[in-house]
Amino acid sequence: MKEIALHILDIAQNSIAARASLIELTLSETREAIVFTIVDNGSGMSAQLLARVTDPFTTTRTARKMGLGIPLLRMAAEQTGGSLTIASTEGVGTTVTALFHPGHIDCPPVGDMAGTITLLLQGTPQLELHYIHTIDNHSFQLTTEDLRAQLGPEISLAEPEVILWIRDYLQEQETLLREHKGMKA
Amino acid sequence: MKTLAELQAIRDRMRSQIDLREAGDDRIRVVVGMATCGIAAGARPVLNALLEEVNKRELKNVTVSQTGCIGVCRLEPIVEVYVPGQEKVTYVKMTPDKVASIVSEHLVNGRVVEEYTIGAAE
Repeated sequence: MKEIALHILDIAQNSIAARASLIELTLSETREAIVFTIVDNGSGMSAQLLARVTDPFTTTRTARKMGLGIPLLRMAAEQTGGSLTIASTEGVGTTVTALFHPGHIDCPPVGDMAGTITLLLQGTPQLELHYIHTIDNHSFQLTTEDLRAQLGPEISLAEPEVILWIRDYLQEQETLLREHKGMKA
Repeated sequence: MKTLAELQAIRDRMRSQIDLREAGDDRIRVVVGMATCGIAAGARPVLNALLEEVNKRELKNVTVSQTGCIGVCRLEPIVEVYVPGQEKVTYVKMTPDKVASIVSEHLVNGRVVEEYTIGAAE
């Protein structure tokens, strides 16, 4: 994975596979640390599964007996001197937190968050997503409830015209944030 | 700068053309593999290019969707095209550059782009 945003896209799919109806995604960047947290209200994991979940030979899928998403993220984070922590309660949900040290030469760029959010919504348009991206003391926030309030209940976020508008909107906001022109946090 | 209120204009436009959308069974489905393997190989820009192209050509009979691991990870990004009444076509090692010709040749004109299919790659 060449971007932290791609890890986020990959790991958030686990929440969707766990039938989460709400995902809260926060991404925070400072000179010292890049931290993202994915909180879902999906099915959660038992303590036994949680203990094995960063092992590549642990997976719930049936195509083959490996799952590489979590192990790849753990490796990418630890390579920078960072960490991956996962907390989960069966029937309540799961929280994944990854920390990267941006000063480390192996730290991947944050990358295209607009593309990641767009594809999460395109793939699962009924999902409620709360997204907050903070860079230093500026932040940008988007919730699917705000989108739906404008769009009305009958039009899917996955409609090509709608999702491409959302992507352009996110790209614009992410650029502003990157230039420190976003809202003061 | 865009504001969320612009979605209201999109909503009003879409409500007026809702009946133009073709009904259920004769829709073409385009499915992109978006598991770890697909994402790592570059499926995100491919899916983005598909959405752009389908929207640009106003193909109301085409649905673009995502799926998990298709099973041939080394040939990712993979795009499957389901035209009703025809055999599934699997395009492999996709790039955003290949998307335009698949949309115009296959989805619009009904001609499979053989050189990009799994049959040509294997």
